Amino acid sequence: MKKIPQKLVHKYLRHNKKFPHVWCPGCSDGIILGATIRAVAEIGWKKDDCAMVSGIGCSSRMPVYVDFNTAHTLHGRALAFATGIKAAKPQLNVCVITGDGDASAIGGNHLIHACRRNINLTVICVNNSIYGMTGGQYSPTTPHGAIATTMPFGNIDNTFDLCKLTLGAGATFVARTTAYHAIEMQSIIKAGMEHNGFSFIEIIAACPVIYGRLNKKGDAPAMMREMKDNFVPLSVYDKLSDDEKLIKSPRGIFKDVEEPEYTDRYAKLVKSLQPKEENNEQ
Amino acid sequence: MEKKNKAILMQGNEAIARGAVAAGVNFFAGYPITPSTEITEFMSSELPKRGGVFLQMEDEIASIAAIIGASLAGAKSMTATSGPGISLMAEGIGYAKMIEQPCVVVNVMRGGPSTGLPTHPSQADIQQSRWANHGDAPAIVLYPSSVLECYELTIRAVNLAEKYRTCVILLSDAMLGHMREPVVLPDLQDVKIIDRIKPTLPPEWYKHYPENPKYRAPLASFGDGYRFHVTGLAHDSHGFPTTRPDEVRTMADRLKNKILHNHDDLVQVELFGDEDARVAIFAAGITARAAKAAIKSAQQHGKKMLLVRPLTIWPFPDEAINKYLRDKRIVLIPELNEGQLAHEIKRVLGHSKKTRRIIELQKVTGELITPEEILNAVREVH
Repeated sequence: MKKIPQKLVHKYLRHNKKFPHVWCPGCSDGIILGATIRAVAEIGWKKDDCAMVSGIGCSSRMPVYVDFNTAHTLHGRALAFATGIKAAKPQLNVCVITGDGDASAIGGNHLIHACRRNINLTVICVNNSIYGMTGGQYSPTTPHGAIATTMPFGNIDNTFDLCKLTLGAGATFVARTTAYHAIEMQSIIKAGMEHNGFSFIEIIAACPVIYGRLNKKGDAPAMMREMKDNFVPLSVYDKLSDDEKLIKSPRGIFKDVEEPEYTDRYAKLVKSLQPKEENNEQ
Repeated sequence: MEKKNKAILMQGNEAIARGAVAAGVNFFAGYPITPSTEITEFMSSELPKRGGVFLQMEDEIASIAAIIGASLAGAKSMTATSGPGISLMAEGIGYAKMIEQPCVVVNVMRGGPSTGLPTHPSQADIQQSRWANHGDAPAIVLYPSSVLECYELTIRAVNLAEKYRTCVILLSDAMLGHMREPVVLPDLQDVKIIDRIKPTLPPEWYKHYPENPKYRAPLASFGDGYRFHVTGLAHDSHGFPTTRPDEVRTMADRLKNKILHNHDDLVQVELFGDEDARVAIFAAGITARAAKAAIKSAQQHGKKMLLVRPLTIWPFPDEAINKYLRDKRIVLIPELNEGQLAHEIKRVLGHSKKTRRIIELQKVTGELITPEEILNAVREVH
């Protein structure tokens, strides 16, 4: 991996505009923002050619800080907005920042259909297992038994495995990593961005102030340590016993295949419909 | 109209789609819903041929989101739906108004509430089109009453969206959408097209929202090199979130005043019949056609009547109502709902019965109001 100097993030931030940011101490969102920026820098995309689109939630505040073409849209709808942007201007590199609730509860329909279309968007889904911005309600990824303000007696609801969900819906690049594995995160985001098709990257994130406090998870370092211990590479995970698999989860790139991308398919359709050169009608 | 162009037998929905293409719409995202589907179908075959983009989205919420996204990327974009779809799009319509991004939403009205009467005409969304979004934000809503006007007002809707940087709603109804009339379309070079102004100043000087209420400010698109931010949060003139009361005030005033201060440009009203008549009808869209027929028939019997027909429903034509209806003895308001236009007329004219009578003629059964019913309603009180 190319060495990227630390100061590089400043080139990509709107540091003279709207800082300080809204995130709580110990939040993983800053790590994810940093990794995203470094991935873009490593690829070498021009800022003018990058668009970042988000929904509503803590992580969805990310675009305002980044010096790209940025849209902070409606709760759950970031993917539909991004689909419009990408289809209208395929030369833009469009990245979607979304949370677990934003992507899989209110935005679940858009998520599965964006996967199905295989449109070239890079989705960075920040999964902190809770609705942080509204104060700690349970989300589709809140684990069984966990406490949330709307599950005060422990969560009895089943959870989504977001990677399995997007794999099933037809995403052509699916990966999971954690905020602890920041260097790996950067390379996975880079791979996702370079993938020509729909990329879904789930990033396990710590919310020490809301989720951590409700569930007595300790401080931010303690939650990071838990990520380090519980999320193991796919190759290691496969060799675990069934009991161990109940506690640990796999991380890494689960799928990375090239299939015809939506805007490419559309461009091909448009080309096939153009009249032959000699009759220049209009 | 004196063009040599041939008359074409055309459906209202097709005229809307053709008008959109003529106006430069190059992005359409939609979801099937009766009675608007023909617009979506026409766009699906027409846009790819012209290098434009057609997307059938997973629902109406995705459709409005996609057209706003496309507009951010520089496209002229549009969607078409009916009442239930507008309900789903409400949040998106408010977002487009809030971030001041041009787009057009067509609502081919059907009976409601809920699934209602999908295949029957209605004018049930007069108020919904005004108040689709939560929060205060004025609306621009147009309503044609003939197939040719479907074409013309679609072009106007796209132009106004670009000019005022907002979401414009075009109303139609199941009858207007599905009926066919011979129309003579104007030559494309005669069609007036308004495009957004591209910024030419250096990016560091660019402000996405003008502080000056004089409108028509340049509007950059994603990828143009201006790297702006949009958010549904209250924002400053750069588009960045703010909770400072003075900045929020500036934003709210701009959203309001760009419509309020331009009623002359926005509001169109047609007068038909005799201005000095003592009986007047206020009717829009499909119902205005019955009113015209009633007036013609009354004229044959030597009776005078005036029709005031708004082509712009919102902003509501208060000025025209004050000018033409205030001194009338009888004001008849036929409409295919339970008094949505009448409510506004009463707001403008007041409830005083001393000088005039306001007669409301309403139908919500999926049938049209006939000229005879209009004449009978007038006869009963005149």
